[in-house]
Amino acid sequence: MTDTLVEMRDIRIEGRADETWMPIIKGVDLTLKKGEVLGLIGESGAGKSTLGLAAMGFCRDGVRIAGGSVSFDGIDLLAASAEQKRRLLGKRIAYVAQSAAASFNPAHKLIDQHVEAPVQHGVMARAESEQDGIELYRKLRLPNPDEIGFRYPHQVSGGQLQRAMTAMAMACRPDLIIFDEPTTALDVTTQIEVLASIRQIVEEFDTAAIYITHDLAVVAQMADRIKVLLRGDEVEEADTREMLSHPKQDYTKSLWAVREFQRPPKPPVAEDATPVVSVQGVTAAYGKIDVLHNVSFDIHEGRTVAVVGESGSGKSTTARVITGLLPPRMGGIELDGEALPPDYRQRSKDQLRQVQMIYQMADTALNPRKTVGEIVGRPVEFYMGLRGRKKRDRVAQLLDQIELPAGEFIDRLPSEMSGGQKQRIGIARALAAEPKFIICDEVTSALDQLVAEGILKLLARLQDELKLSYMFITHDLATVRSIADEVVVMKDGEVVEQGPKLDMFRPPHHAYTDLLLSSVPEMDPDWLTNLLAERGVDNLGDAAVDKMG
Amino acid sequence: MSVWLTLLIALAAIAAGGWALRFAGQKLTGNKPVFRDMPYAVAFGYVLGAAVLVFAVWYFFQPTMTEQGTPVAGVMFFRWAVQAFIGFAVAAYLFRLLGRHVGTAGSRKMFRQMPLTASFGILVILIYAFLAVFAGVLAPYGQAEVFQQVNALPGGNAATGGNPDHLLGTDQIGRDLLSRLIYGAQNTVGIAFATTCLAFFLGGSLGFLAATLQGWFDQVLSRAVDVLMAIPSLIFALLLMTIASAWAGSEKWLLTVYMVIIIAVIDSTRVFRLARAVGMNIVVMDYIEAAKLRGEGLRYLIFREILPNATAPLLAEFGLRFCFVFLTIASLSFLGVGIQPPLADWGTMVRDLAQFINFAAFSPLTAALPLMAAGAIALLTVAVNFVVDWMLYRSSGLKE
Amino acid sequence: MNPVLKIILQRLALGLLTLFIVSIVIFTAVNMLPGDFAEAILGQGATPEAVDAIRRDLGLDQHPVARYLDWLAGAVQGDLGNSFAQANFASFVGADSGVRVTVAQQIAPRFANTMFLAGVTAAIAVPFAITLGILAALYRNSVFDKAANITTLTSISSPEFFLAYVLILFLAVLNPVLPSLSNIYADMGFGERLQKTLLPALTLTLVVTAHMMRMTRAAIINLLASPYIEMARLKGIKPMRVIVRHALPNALAPIINVIALNLAYLITGVVVVEVVFVYPGIGQLFVDSVKIRDIPVVQACCLIFAAAYILLNLTADILSILSNPRLRHKK
Repeated sequence: MTDTLVEMRDIRIEGRADETWMPIIKGVDLTLKKGEVLGLIGESGAGKSTLGLAAMGFCRDGVRIAGGSVSFDGIDLLAASAEQKRRLLGKRIAYVAQSAAASFNPAHKLIDQHVEAPVQHGVMARAESEQDGIELYRKLRLPNPDEIGFRYPHQVSGGQLQRAMTAMAMACRPDLIIFDEPTTALDVTTQIEVLASIRQIVEEFDTAAIYITHDLAVVAQMADRIKVLLRGDEVEEADTREMLSHPKQDYTKSLWAVREFQRPPKPPVAEDATPVVSVQGVTAAYGKIDVLHNVSFDIHEGRTVAVVGESGSGKSTTARVITGLLPPRMGGIELDGEALPPDYRQRSKDQLRQVQMIYQMADTALNPRKTVGEIVGRPVEFYMGLRGRKKRDRVAQLLDQIELPAGEFIDRLPSEMSGGQKQRIGIARALAAEPKFIICDEVTSALDQLVAEGILKLLARLQDELKLSYMFITHDLATVRSIADEVVVMKDGEVVEQGPKLDMFRPPHHAYTDLLLSSVPEMDPDWLTNLLAERGVDNLGDAAVDKMG
Repeated sequence: MSVWLTLLIALAAIAAGGWALRFAGQKLTGNKPVFRDMPYAVAFGYVLGAAVLVFAVWYFFQPTMTEQGTPVAGVMFFRWAVQAFIGFAVAAYLFRLLGRHVGTAGSRKMFRQMPLTASFGILVILIYAFLAVFAGVLAPYGQAEVFQQVNALPGGNAATGGNPDHLLGTDQIGRDLLSRLIYGAQNTVGIAFATTCLAFFLGGSLGFLAATLQGWFDQVLSRAVDVLMAIPSLIFALLLMTIASAWAGSEKWLLTVYMVIIIAVIDSTRVFRLARAVGMNIVVMDYIEAAKLRGEGLRYLIFREILPNATAPLLAEFGLRFCFVFLTIASLSFLGVGIQPPLADWGTMVRDLAQFINFAAFSPLTAALPLMAAGAIALLTVAVNFVVDWMLYRSSGLKE
Repeated sequence: MNPVLKIILQRLALGLLTLFIVSIVIFTAVNMLPGDFAEAILGQGATPEAVDAIRRDLGLDQHPVARYLDWLAGAVQGDLGNSFAQANFASFVGADSGVRVTVAQQIAPRFANTMFLAGVTAAIAVPFAITLGILAALYRNSVFDKAANITTLTSISSPEFFLAYVLILFLAVLNPVLPSLSNIYADMGFGERLQKTLLPALTLTLVVTAHMMRMTRAAIINLLASPYIEMARLKGIKPMRVIVRHALPNALAPIINVIALNLAYLITGVVVVEVVFVYPGIGQLFVDSVKIRDIPVVQACCLIFAAAYILLNLTADILSILSNPRLRHKK
């Protein structure tokens, strides 16, 4: 009796693009023992999800397994008939999808979807399975476990749905569960509950799992072993602790190093210095509902203020008020000590020039029909009045500043560049206006870690060279740690706490800041265990947030 | 009833054949996945398809004349249809082959990825455009020219009531039908094209303006369009044509102009909807916000930022709108209130020649005349639809 | 149920408002006729007395707003005025108040005929199209799907009269199975009536089926691509159950929408097809009235067509609201 559960040999998977088959996975081996958790990590496009699904013998439309073998507990999945595979899925192999909200059928109650697999596979009778479901909900610490199953998916929050889906995967007590980025769409404080639930239940039932994610710190908490993928190839594989302490390959090392980038602290700002931008008592509303309440903070020359908060905390709304897209109901914005008109249409060309913006999604921030030369050249022409040769020279100089070779990029369209390059063009467009102040709205959150680090370093260098001030909107505390001078923590449209970065990361602080900070996963594999011990089981997630009101 | 019985037996045979196919396939190939995982419905489909194909081939080779010398019209029509189908397929294939080797790198790449239906569409559109432009040169006679022999039968054989000078015969007042068919390309297609352009100009510019300005301008226009779209377009067109015919009086050409305006206005509501929706999708993009915050004016926003991104969906919509306008005009003409004589027009021709269809059993070619005019309309709309379908598929495929 | 009820009432009110505005649009359009109805009917050679008589008779000497309200009040009660053709005839023979056929009397039997035609078409087309659409979606990109795609595109693109004549050619002339002219009388048996209606119904079926099938296919494919269907398959649910239990409840709204939209489309299609087959329906009457400029009839037909169109779109709207679980079970 062998204890190997999944065995993949030299698996090759192809996807269809433009009528031809392109390789997605280029010959990867994977072995999973019973009861073991394997973490699959890699950047977007590394083929993690495809590989995870292939372990179930499943391919999405337009994808095919071109070679190799997959066996599950001695069953050759590639040779098995559709009917044979169907009998395994759900019963012995289960799947937890990235977006629980989309993966639950909106037309049926949670419990009906929960009992479907056990009843259909003949594992349990309906009543028994329903009882078991409620028991699982209780184990996963869902609120009102007796009732929550009788709700429809849209009546339950995202973090709870994700736990309900984990419960559903457990319904038949499978031997293997594939977790496909189950916490990516969640806020950090919610993420931690889901992580704790998953880990607990996987340990309790001794289920083997493949945990797919792009977040190193998360995988460090969950996995016994880690396998790193890069563009369809395996980079390396090792036990979690070994991998964290002694990565062998350069690529893995660079991934680890990202987390360590940090700027030296700057001297404090002089007491009497006029801030570049001053947000003064801003209250703003969409329609009749106030979404910002009396928000005030200053941003000084050459400094970075990070505005931190979870989704819906009012970070982006603050940016809209500063740019003039959303005139505030009360309060105002000062630029260099002078009040700015509330609406951008009333601001002068020079005032508009001074405040620039870099967007989260480079895809929607650059006009797909314009070349780099046109995109970066337009503000040069519009504000500086440069034309023809002079304009082209200036664009080349700007591209040089963002470390892209001008000759190669000036005539490219956005679709011909990678995500990081597009983000750099966005930066160049902001620089072209020669502003004093730039708002960076989640500029790194759509990028892979290595690329994101490059962008952060570039922004830091530009700040030193050009004496720029940044307002850095982010939900990622690692980013805050690496680039911010000062931090503003927001929640529900209010500033909860603000101050220099070093003070913020040193206790004591506001309860919410504390929760936020402690919820960010760290690379230490014992972090989650320690944290749970520290907080106590009752003090997790929802409960903790509720307590603060 | 025996027809039904035969059909029932055939169906049962096919049902059994489907089962047999799957069973035999499994046994012969040693349970290959293709047959092993084949649902019964698929096997049934294969056998049904094969049966239809066999029947079609058998019917194609039936004699076209009975022993008594009377034509078997059904077989003749079927042969014409099949021959036309194969002819067009071969032409489309050759055209695509040509496109793959001639032209710029971009056009060659386009032809490489093109399905046969799309290359058929492009070929047909090119032929129609050629006919429309050179109708005056290509047609043997003028469109209003009247000859002595009325109702000459097609075929050009004097013995069977035809006239060698008029290949397709003449109509009830003695006009050459071939010439009128060719001029129809110029009139019907030309007028439809002009109407579509006008509709696009109206609907497109207002739609983009509504998307960019929003506020009350958008509200007023959108509500107005909602109301106009609540009236079925052909019905509304007929109503307005009634009034237009009173305005035009005896000036027939004026009625045609009114028709162009009426259909353009009715159709511009649909264009407005699309242009507004496309515009709205673009307006929420961050690059538009960036341009607004830069202080750009309305003209720059519409022409430099929005329009270049709207061309693909608008082009596809232009194709669909053209078909719709073309069919509306043809229907109006067919009903007798569209393009007015002496202009040759396919819709009117169908109406005038319709009664010939009853001669099908004796003279299949004569019966084919109204179908030719109607088919000329169908062929172009089919062609445009094929091209648009491909364009939409391509643009949706690029997104994924 | 309360919020749903509210939405539905809102939609109903909106529908009524639209119909009201549409009636104004139709009335205004008709009033844009040059000169005067009376002259328009009688032509230039008419005596002033005859013109005056008709003018008074039709109430043309009143203010347009008053006339509109009059017409609207009548229309609501089912009185659509008197046909010009009849008025014209009456004044022509010099009799002022003979037997007069009102528009309502003229329209009623033809409206019933048209409803019969639309009903037969829907009875054939709806089940046929939806089955085909689902099959095409399930076996997408197969030979069957591609053939269906080409066939439906062709039949959508063809003008109705082309399809009609092709059907006449094969089913009436070459193989006399069905009559090519639909002469229907009031006291005809159901079987005979059905037989005479079948050919126009088949023509409409071809067009509507193609539309409906394509839309159904698109809706189902869209649905099958959703993550919860993938989830159901990954749970090892049988393919048939995936369709019936997971796809169908969510497909209901789009399919209902497709059906209603196509029934609305039938309204326009009916006009041309009725003319081809000389089917005594409201479409035929409408076209005839357009040709002789019988304004009250044109106006009435237009209003009926628009009302049916709005009603069907409204039904589609309301049914898809009702079948949306997010709206049915509020938070």
